[in-house]
Amino acid sequence: MKCQRCSKQATTHITEVLGDGRYEEAHLCEDCRKKYLIEVSGKPKAAPASEPANGAEPLVAGPVCPNCGLSYTEFRNQGRFGCAHDYDAFKAELLPLLEGIHGELRHVGKVPRRLPQLQSAEVELTALRRDLARLVTEEKYEEAARVRDRIRQLEQGEG
Amino acid sequence: MKLDALLPNLGEWLRGTGPESDVVLSTRVRLARNLSGLPFATRAGPQHRSEVVARAKEAIAKATDGHKLEYFDIPSMPTLDRQFLTERQLISRELAGSEGPRGVAFDATETASVMVNEEDHLRLQVLRSGFALDEAWADIDRLDDALEARLNYAFHTQFGYLTACPTNVGTGMRASVMLHLPALGLTKQIEKVFRALQKINLAVRGLHGEGSRAFGDLYQISNHVTLGKSEPKLLSEIREVIVTILQYERQARAALLKERKQAEHDRAARALGTLSSASMITAEETMEHLSAVRLGVHLHLIENVPITAINQLFIHTQSAHLQKLAGHPLGGEERNAARAKYLKAKLRELGARQ
Repeated sequence: MKCQRCSKQATTHITEVLGDGRYEEAHLCEDCRKKYLIEVSGKPKAAPASEPANGAEPLVAGPVCPNCGLSYTEFRNQGRFGCAHDYDAFKAELLPLLEGIHGELRHVGKVPRRLPQLQSAEVELTALRRDLARLVTEEKYEEAARVRDRIRQLEQGEG
Repeated sequence: MKLDALLPNLGEWLRGTGPESDVVLSTRVRLARNLSGLPFATRAGPQHRSEVVARAKEAIAKATDGHKLEYFDIPSMPTLDRQFLTERQLISRELAGSEGPRGVAFDATETASVMVNEEDHLRLQVLRSGFALDEAWADIDRLDDALEARLNYAFHTQFGYLTACPTNVGTGMRASVMLHLPALGLTKQIEKVFRALQKINLAVRGLHGEGSRAFGDLYQISNHVTLGKSEPKLLSEIREVIVTILQYERQARAALLKERKQAEHDRAARALGTLSSASMITAEETMEHLSAVRLGVHLHLIENVPITAINQLFIHTQSAHLQKLAGHPLGGEERNAARAKYLKAKLRELGARQ
């Protein structure tokens, strides 16, 4: 069976129970399933962002992630984030979405064993990246190279 | 480990010996993980993807959790081998069909696997025979720790493990249990069960998802929610539901035996007859008949067919397996003929009789 939204193989078959013995069926591929779940959880918001009125491009693309350049509208259209920073860049818009999907907004499960170490590395990384930018503008390349190496080391988890 | 060496084997998860294995075929737990400091799949170029592969391979090679995982590169793998691994549930269709540097690592028993550069940088999976949620979780938790010792995961103090899709964020855990529910299907109670499931937010799909009806009465039930509940809590919610479905299926089986034993014996015997004498047979028809035979064995209406053999036939009669056995690609009709020939030979070997 083909996905009813694109030509890929449908791998998910969803039956929405509308009550009073009424059902709505959807046969979707993996990609469209994800979009579907996001759309469903986004209801009863206005029309989905992928179908702007009059076929015109929406004027506001919402916030844009400073790290990967993904806009919130792009995220809603493809259903996937571009990087870990999107969760903070789109936080205001995401909260109702996550509430719709999960009914909760705070993780309560497993935590990485090295979390405290990771967090102190994050703090150091932020400071180092700021230093690096400054050293480059000041054309102190030798020092900048040392900072860059330290950043790489931290990013690769070599503390 | 060579892929062809897997062919005659059966993954541990298909032994059919785990708890409640008359109804529960297997239990699967997967974890979605991403590496911090690298873009997710949609924004990752070949260089970033290669970086993910390099870091993952190193961590996998040095992991000391008991599973000896071997890494296989997907782009250099023939299409047939990718389909073969998909049929064995070691990789997803998405990983088989996408582009760019990516791969999978798994152990010789096919219990644990790690997909690299699927939708998330890492997708860890543990498959167990029978109803074994706690064992599967303990196993994958250890594997996760072993990898995390060498990898920095993208983790958020509020949102937990960050994933490419918001439907997986938090624990990143999806636990699914594969059930064989022929009696609920025969007594037309299956719809009622699934309606109840949707109310409590669990998802249902077929073995490989094909067709709106699950072929061979095989259904996978898994959690939807991944944020706001701990892993043990999510597992216990699934467990509770599965235990109820188990009871319903067993009651329906008992009712079948009581009310129409002769008819059920006939149905199972005819299914076995078709499987052992057809000269052409499709995958769908094979699964329907295997399901009837499997029920017949559990109702003690059919002898001399071990459950392990039926589980094996569910997997080994799929098209990539038949083509690997044949040693060359087969067209649609050739596959149906090869499938019938394989079934005939296997069942004769077992000396199956009603």
